Amino acid sequence: MAKKMNFVTAINLAMHDAMEQDENVMLLGEDVADEEGGGVVKVTKGLSTKFGTSRVRSTPIAEEAIMGAAIGASLVGKRPIAEIMLMNFTTVSMDQMVNHAAKLRFMSGGQTNVPITIRTMTGAGGGAGGQHCDMLEAWFAHTAGMKVVVPSTPADAYGLLLSCIQDDDPCLFIENLPTYWTMGEAPERGQAIPLGKANVVKDGSDVTLISYGRTMMEAQAACQQLETEGVSVELVDLRSIVPLDLPTVLESVSKTRRAVIAHEAVTPFGVGAELAAQITEMLFSELQAPVQRVGGSYNAVPYAQALEDAHLPTPDRITDAIKKTLA
Amino acid sequence: MTTLGQPDPATLLDIYERAARIRKNDEAFHSAMQSGKLGIRIYYSPRGQEIIPSAICNLLTDEDYLVTIYRGVHDQIAKGIPLNELWAEYAGRVTGTCKGKGGPMHVTHPETGNMVTTGIVGGSMPIANGLAMASQMDGNDRVTIASFGDGASNIGAFHESLNMASVWKLPVIFVCQNNLIAEHTRYEKGTSVERIADRASAYGMPGIHVNGNDPLEMWKAAKVAIDRARAGEGPTLIEAMTFRFMGHLIGDPDEHWNEGEKEAAMERDPIPALRRYLIDHGHATEGDLQGLEEKLDQEVEDAMAFAAESAKPDILELQKDVFAEEK
Repeated sequence: MAKKMNFVTAINLAMHDAMEQDENVMLLGEDVADEEGGGVVKVTKGLSTKFGTSRVRSTPIAEEAIMGAAIGASLVGKRPIAEIMLMNFTTVSMDQMVNHAAKLRFMSGGQTNVPITIRTMTGAGGGAGGQHCDMLEAWFAHTAGMKVVVPSTPADAYGLLLSCIQDDDPCLFIENLPTYWTMGEAPERGQAIPLGKANVVKDGSDVTLISYGRTMMEAQAACQQLETEGVSVELVDLRSIVPLDLPTVLESVSKTRRAVIAHEAVTPFGVGAELAAQITEMLFSELQAPVQRVGGSYNAVPYAQALEDAHLPTPDRITDAIKKTLA
Repeated sequence: MTTLGQPDPATLLDIYERAARIRKNDEAFHSAMQSGKLGIRIYYSPRGQEIIPSAICNLLTDEDYLVTIYRGVHDQIAKGIPLNELWAEYAGRVTGTCKGKGGPMHVTHPETGNMVTTGIVGGSMPIANGLAMASQMDGNDRVTIASFGDGASNIGAFHESLNMASVWKLPVIFVCQNNLIAEHTRYEKGTSVERIADRASAYGMPGIHVNGNDPLEMWKAAKVAIDRARAGEGPTLIEAMTFRFMGHLIGDPDEHWNEGEKEAAMERDPIPALRRYLIDHGHATEGDLQGLEEKLDQEVEDAMAFAAESAKPDILELQKDVFAEEK
C-alpha cells in the first residue's frame, strides 16, 4: 500500500524541503515558531527549531505589517512565506496584497518583483460563523498580478506549495482547515507540481464537473453517486485559479458539451461565473445545456449547523446541477 | 566629514545641491504640467520640503533603501535617481524608470535604492520593514528610510510597522515629513498628539522632533538615527517639521491656512535661506552657486529633451510585467 499523509504534514514538509533547498526561503506569521506552538494547528511545527527564529519568525498580530515585511524582503532576494492565519484576516492586509504585492512588478516596469507565498487557511463546516472561514479566492483572482492556488489533496498541497515558493510572483495558497487531517497519497519528495495545470481526475463523457480545493471531495462523492445512475462525469480539478488552465477545461467541455462548476465560495460573481463566461464565449454553439454553478448561498457563513449545511455545496446539490444539464 | 556631529561645509554644499536640484525640477515639472508639454498627467509638488531628504541622503549610499510616497519626487531626486529616466517616466515614455507603466506615484529605481513609491497613505512603512529585515538577516549595514507624511501617522500601518520594527530592532528610519496638512485637513483636526515624535515612546523607540527645513538640525537628527540603525540598535522615528507650499495637487487653491500663515512659511523658504547661509559663512561664493545652478538648469533641460525624444510605450506593454511569464 502506498504511503499516506495528511495535509498538515504535507504542507509542513513542503516548507521544510523548500527551506532546506534555498536559504532565502523564510517564514513569518502569527505563532509560527515552536516557542509559540509551531502554528495554531501545528502546520509549521519544527521549522523554527531546525532553521532558527530568524528565518522562521513569529510576528505580532499585525497582518499589514506581516505582509509588508514579506514584500519588502522579497524585493531584495528573500523568498518569504507569509502566513495569514485565517483567510478572513487577509482583509486586514488587503492594501499590501492588492496595491503592492500584486502590482509592483507591473508598476515598476519589471524592475522589481514580489516572490512571496501567502499561506492561509479557511473553510466552512466547523461552526466558526461569518468571519473565520470565508473562501475569498475570487477577490484575489480578480487582481492582476497575484496567483491563486487551492490544493485538493495532500500530495497536491506539497507539490503546489513548492511551486508557489519557487515562483517569482506573489502566490496565494489557500489551505482548508476542516480537512487538514484528511489522509491522502503521500507526495513525492522534491517534486513540484506546476501551477496552471489542471488535473483531470476522472475521465467521463456526459458532463464536465469543474472544481477545486475542498469542494473536490463533494465533487467526487457526486461523481460516484451519478456513476451508479449511469451518468459519466469528467471531473477536472483546477488546482490553481490563476493561472487558469482554460485549455484543459475547454477540451473537456468540448468533448462532453456540458459543464458544471462547484466551489465553496458564494456563487454570485465568483470563479464559477468567470468559468461559465469563458466556456460560453468559447463553446457557445457546442453546448447542449447552459453552464450550471453550485456554490455557497449569498450570505455570511452562518453559525447554526442546519444553516451552515444548507449554505454549503453538497454532493446532492452538485448532482442536481449535473442532472439539470442532462435534462 | 564632521566635527562633533556638525555638518562640515562640503556636507552643507551637498545638501544645497540636492535641494536646489529638487527645486529646479519642481519648477520645470510645474511649467510642463501647465503648458501640457510632454503629456505629464499628474504631479504632486514637494516644494518647501526639499531639505529633509537632501540632508538624509547626504548620509546614504545607493546601497541604502528608500520607500517613499506619491509626494516623493524630492526623496527620489535626493536619493540620486537619474533625471532622464525620471522625466521620461513622468512623460509616460518607454525610457522611463518604469517604462511609463508606473508614473509619478510609482517611480522605482533599484540601482539608486529607490525601491518602492506608493500612492497609498501609510503603504511605505510595512514594506520598509521588510527591506530592513532582509538587511538585518544578511548582516550588512544597509539602512532603510520610510518616508511618509503627518496624515500617515494616523493610519493603522504606521502603528503596526513601528511596533514590529521596534520588536525586531530593524535598521529602519521612519521619516515623517510633517507639513501640517493631510491632503486638505489641518494637522490638529486629524491628529491626537501635539507632536508625532511623541508616538515613538509608545513603541519603545527614540522619537526626534526636528525642524526639517533647517539643514543643520535635520542632518544631525538624520545622522543620529542612521548611525543607530547601522549599529544594529534599531529604528527611530523622526518628525521633520516642514511646509507644503503648492497645495495637494497642482491648481489646489489651498485655502486651509490662517491669514498670513502660508505666506510666512514661504518667507522662510529653506532653499534661499541655505544659499544665503553658505555665502555668509564663506562656504561658497555667489559665483560658485550660480555655476552650480546653471549646471542644474542644464540637467533639467537635458532630461526634458530626453523625455521628449523618447518613444511612447507599445500597447503590448499591457501584457508584460503582469507576471514573470508573459502572456
